[in-house]
Amino acid sequence: MSSVTEQQHNEAGHHDGGHHHPAKGFKRWLYTTNHKDIGSLYLIFSLTMFLIGGAMAMVIRAELFQPGLQLVDPHFFNQMTTVHGLIMVFGAVMPAFTGLANWMVPLMIGAPDMALPRMNNWSFWILPFAFLILLASLFMPGGGPAFGWTFYAPLSTTYSNDNTAFFVFAVHIMGISSIMGAINVIVTIVNMRAPGMTWMKLPLFVWTWLITAFLLIAVMPVLAGAVTMVLTDKYFATSFFDAAGGGDPVMFQHIFWFFGHPEVYIMILPAFGIISTIVPTFSRKRLFGYASMVYATSSIALLSFIVWAHHMFTTGMPVAGELFFMYATMLISVPTGVKVFNWVATMWRGSISFEVPMLFSIAFIVLFTIGGFSGLMLAITPADFQYHDTYFVVAHFHYVLVTGAVFSIMAGAYYWLPKWTGNMFNITLAKWHFWLSLVSVNVLFFPMHFVGLAGMPRRIPDYALQFADFNAIISIGGFAFGLSQLLFVVVVYKCARGGDKVPAKVWDGAEGLEWEVASPAPYHTFETPPEIK
Amino acid sequence: MGKLSSTLWLILFVLPQQVLANSQFNMRKGVTDISNDVYQLHMTIFIICCVIGVIVFAVMFWALIHHRKSKGAKPAQFHESTKVEILWTAIPFVILIAMAVPATKTLISMEDASKADLTIKITGSQWKWHYEYMGEDVAFYSILSTPQDQISNQVDKTNTYLLEVDKPLVLPINKKVRFLMTSDDVIHSWWVPDFAVKKDANPGFINETWTKINEEGIYRGQCAELCGKDHGFMPVVVEAKSEQAFTDWLQQAKQAKKTAAAADAALLDQTLPKEELMVLGEQVYMASCAACHQPTGMGLPGVFPALKGNPVVLGDINDHIDVVINGRPGTAMQAFVKQLSIKQLAAVVTYKRNAWGNDTGDVIQPSQIQAAIDATSEAK
Repeated sequence: MSSVTEQQHNEAGHHDGGHHHPAKGFKRWLYTTNHKDIGSLYLIFSLTMFLIGGAMAMVIRAELFQPGLQLVDPHFFNQMTTVHGLIMVFGAVMPAFTGLANWMVPLMIGAPDMALPRMNNWSFWILPFAFLILLASLFMPGGGPAFGWTFYAPLSTTYSNDNTAFFVFAVHIMGISSIMGAINVIVTIVNMRAPGMTWMKLPLFVWTWLITAFLLIAVMPVLAGAVTMVLTDKYFATSFFDAAGGGDPVMFQHIFWFFGHPEVYIMILPAFGIISTIVPTFSRKRLFGYASMVYATSSIALLSFIVWAHHMFTTGMPVAGELFFMYATMLISVPTGVKVFNWVATMWRGSISFEVPMLFSIAFIVLFTIGGFSGLMLAITPADFQYHDTYFVVAHFHYVLVTGAVFSIMAGAYYWLPKWTGNMFNITLAKWHFWLSLVSVNVLFFPMHFVGLAGMPRRIPDYALQFADFNAIISIGGFAFGLSQLLFVVVVYKCARGGDKVPAKVWDGAEGLEWEVASPAPYHTFETPPEIK
Repeated sequence: MGKLSSTLWLILFVLPQQVLANSQFNMRKGVTDISNDVYQLHMTIFIICCVIGVIVFAVMFWALIHHRKSKGAKPAQFHESTKVEILWTAIPFVILIAMAVPATKTLISMEDASKADLTIKITGSQWKWHYEYMGEDVAFYSILSTPQDQISNQVDKTNTYLLEVDKPLVLPINKKVRFLMTSDDVIHSWWVPDFAVKKDANPGFINETWTKINEEGIYRGQCAELCGKDHGFMPVVVEAKSEQAFTDWLQQAKQAKKTAAAADAALLDQTLPKEELMVLGEQVYMASCAACHQPTGMGLPGVFPALKGNPVVLGDINDHIDVVINGRPGTAMQAFVKQLSIKQLAAVVTYKRNAWGNDTGDVIQPSQIQAAIDATSEAK
């Protein structure tokens, strides 16, 4: 009887216009359809994965600290590089952006929640299982995936270990989660903007996420196709990627990178949105070239579909193909340059102050641009023959993904954390986090350019003696960067627990609807849409 | 003005080139015309990027220093300028075209492998390279020669640690050498930085590239594409000799092949003692089998099967020999008939059947191996 009464009570509460308070304990998080709860879940999950993936990077750097094999055997080393990559891409960066979208998109467009709240719950809650499956395979006989996060066939098919199916299903689940998240973002932005919020009034973070969501829907199914073909090649004797049965291993790379290149923009376009939000706030000046930012983001997204084979210049393409992909890739630097110029022009003759989110944003602009430059160098096919598959590439993509995507996520977290918790974070600790990260990340990744140019291939557990000095420096930078991130955990934890109360408009130069609701943001916001003038 | 621009030129282009050329910070110039072109291309783009970076960041840091709130800066109101925006879209475009022209030229010459003087077929397999001098009847495997105790830090490492092989690829200088690349198992990538040659070896397909070496010497590289457990232990070593020395070497190699064939033929009538086979067998096992099946014969569970107590190793001798010489298609087990002599094969099969407690007592003679090889080729 009592359970019936409780149920009736809950239903009564539900009819009460949705003003009930969240359920208590674990059920709140398991059953939640609230965009803020789900946003927090995504962000906490992403931080956990960032630490797990980071721990694997520590294993890699510890083994590479000195030449010779010291700590792990090469097979386990390959599992570490593979799973580190998979976790950081699919477990850390992408869920962090989805978490930020969940939290901020409804607040920024004046919507009460995401358009599809139940699907929102589902798209988050399948993720932990995907990563449990992936991580569990590390503990099975034969170990986890050891063929690189790019899982080139036939290394991932005929020559992989027996646990490859776990990897395949984990990736499938991650893909389903991403697609559902993307559908939700698109439906929300298209249908739930407050009256008067016309397209060219959308905050840039919303714009960049809208475009990202279209990229996700376009390419995640391609990834699903690739892993499925790997599955059937390995277990059901098909030969999509086996020449002996009429297949082609290079075809795998075309399919993978048709997904993979838009994927790297999926991980950077929302970052552009965050930086375009933060830089105007702390320059106290409107974003320069709003319209050109929108057009630049769109052109980057479109170009991302016609450059995939620049990852494959050494596979033996006809020269016409190499030229096409070289020219198309070089073109991307034009809209990317426009973005950087716009940020600099926004700061120019502003009234700049250096709060923690701004520090991360400035670091982003400089260091992401360095990653952009090495990207341009990699686009030049003849030079790419020397750079390809060396630490120069490792340096390049860590500059765009760590000092790019991850720094933007940190910037966004510090920017909105007071809005989420109602408390200001510990600024001194946060500044320590920033400066330690800034120095160590460059000690970590900058010398990788040098060892790469000097000829050190990537994904090797041991190396020739001429690379020893730089590798020791890189490892020290790596340990320092890894430890510095624990400070971030402390700052977030303390901020969630308490701190100086903040007003609705946390930052004096901030603009946007999210600053018109109280801090902390109430459980339900914008039940009556605001009017945009 | 002329003085200023020449000083600028010196600082921007000449000095970095002097400092960076052939240092451990930078790409090697290498020893071919192509590798020099690639190096120049690399330096050109690098310097252009540096100049753009310095200008953009200088503007930004100027703003960060002078337009600070703490200095009382009041924000300006401007937020767009069509003129400026068109300008900073157009200028990068022009710079890109300037980069694309030399890149295109170099690329087209890199991809022209026609009119070669010599063709080498390079076959990658886990984790060694096989070189075949096309039309010369000379072919051999090239395997890492760094001893295991250097890798496991028991003895000091030598200068060529991990970049040394038992038999280097020998090439003539001043000749256009064409490479045909393929693989027996996964994708590998043959890379010698000094030649600016990196090309994937794809199983079931043949890729083509070329080089023309200008200087004698020994040039070292590595496999560049992740190819499994021992990807990091698959070096490339090329010895470039003068034309005459190369011709002499080729003659010697042909002679050595004939001698080896004669020795093999002589072995067919001999019965080798078990002790000799076991000693040789252990050497062969460590060089060719231990990478997967492990020195202990325990394999890697779930990846490579154990040989200790293995039913094939303890079972019928002919089945065991068949697996060793012909491999197991669709797995990482290679066909070792191409890689080892009949004496080595006999020794290693004997070793496996008697090591780690596999006490079958079987002794396999080279003649049994030859018989199995003949039987296979008849069956085909």
